[in-house]
Amino acid sequence: MILPLMLDRVAYREIIKPLTLDIGAGPSTIILGANGAGKSVLMRLMHGLLSPTSGSIFWKERDASRVRRLQAMVFQRPIMLRRSALANVVYALAVAGVPAAEREAMARAALAEVGLSQLAQRPARILSGGEQQRLALARAWALHPEVIFLDEPTASLDPSATREVEAVIRAFDAAGTKVVMATHNLGQARRLGDEVIYLHQGRVLERTSAERFFSQPATAEAAAFIKGELPWV
Amino acid sequence: MQEFPGVLAEARLWQIVLLSLEVSLSAVALAAAAGLPLGAALAVARFPGRQAVIVLLNAFMGLPPVVVGLAIYLLLSRAGPLGAFGLLFTPGAMVIAQTVLILPIIAALSRQAVEDAWREYEEQLRSLGTRGVQAALTVLWDIRFSLVTVVLAGLGRAAAEVGAVIIVGGNIDGVTRVMTTAIALETSKGDLPLALGLGVVLISVVIIVNAAAFLIKEAAQRRYG
Repeated sequence: MILPLMLDRVAYREIIKPLTLDIGAGPSTIILGANGAGKSVLMRLMHGLLSPTSGSIFWKERDASRVRRLQAMVFQRPIMLRRSALANVVYALAVAGVPAAEREAMARAALAEVGLSQLAQRPARILSGGEQQRLALARAWALHPEVIFLDEPTASLDPSATREVEAVIRAFDAAGTKVVMATHNLGQARRLGDEVIYLHQGRVLERTSAERFFSQPATAEAAAFIKGELPWV
Repeated sequence: MQEFPGVLAEARLWQIVLLSLEVSLSAVALAAAAGLPLGAALAVARFPGRQAVIVLLNAFMGLPPVVVGLAIYLLLSRAGPLGAFGLLFTPGAMVIAQTVLILPIIAALSRQAVEDAWREYEEQLRSLGTRGVQAALTVLWDIRFSLVTVVLAGLGRAAAEVGAVIIVGGNIDGVTRVMTTAIALETSKGDLPLALGLGVVLISVVIIVNAAAFLIKEAAQRRYG
């Protein structure tokens, strides 16, 4: 187990104000907030793409290579390599040091998991937006990470592609992977979230169960956000 | 005096065309093999003095062919450090000179192309755990279709230059005479029709090579997106 992840008075420039947070194994965590609240930066700090300007971030697991291997991230706009869908997943496995003989079987299993088996040989760059995002999920999932960070994975997708991606995310959650997802979409937060971290101008204003967050938000900002965002759902 | 287009029927002419292509394509192959990875490494690596290296590399795109020719001449001449190989006034010397001439072009342009792409790829590759040389090569391979134009820029320079090959090759009939040196010679001899005919052939060959590269690139790009 690499979790829990601890953030101790972590700040990043002016974007994230000093915050202390722990992310444990178990139910999915939704990081909710308006555009510019610092969701993406917080995800990148946790994933290790950014270093905090102050404070410290540490995992229970001390072995840095294990930490890297057991966590993955999917971005709002996935970057696919100019090769087949299958080769994109195989590439990720190769980088992670999986022996060559095991890569293809693992990659095919991951593609099957997201429902892309029949598109395995198709060049990744010519897949649709939703297919590319599912491929990105397969690529992240192939190593069976303990925690997966999702940064607005459906923000640029249409409703049907969004449903497919959400189904995959639910399957990961059901398989025991810790899902940490940033979104500004309240409907999605309701559908996928067990607990909500509400971020406002770089500060964590609330951390509570999704149910409670939506029924009785504790802060005026959160209440306004829920109200203001409702027409979008 | 030969009249154009009667000269086109001559075997001697085609020998010159063939040698030109051999020399320039060999130089492009060598310069690409070294220059593309070099450019990619420079795009991804961060080290002190990197900006100075980039400025220098960009400046070297404009190396005067005669100066490169002279430098290679000095290296390969009997008294020079590489004189023992006896390469001066051979096609080999011409390949070396043109490789030196176009290496900066290919390295500098691929550095820019990889760096632009790197902005897009960096987070994703770092997230997957790709580092260093592997990251540079991954991006290089991923933008391979754009790099065709980079390589063609090098080929254009090699096929068009006369200064370097005339100094290290010597324009020896049947041995090191290529299209550009032949054009220079025939012009100075006053055989303008032959010079002009060679010029037309040279430009045609360059267009054909570029058209072939373009078609291959387009087809591949349609296939892989």
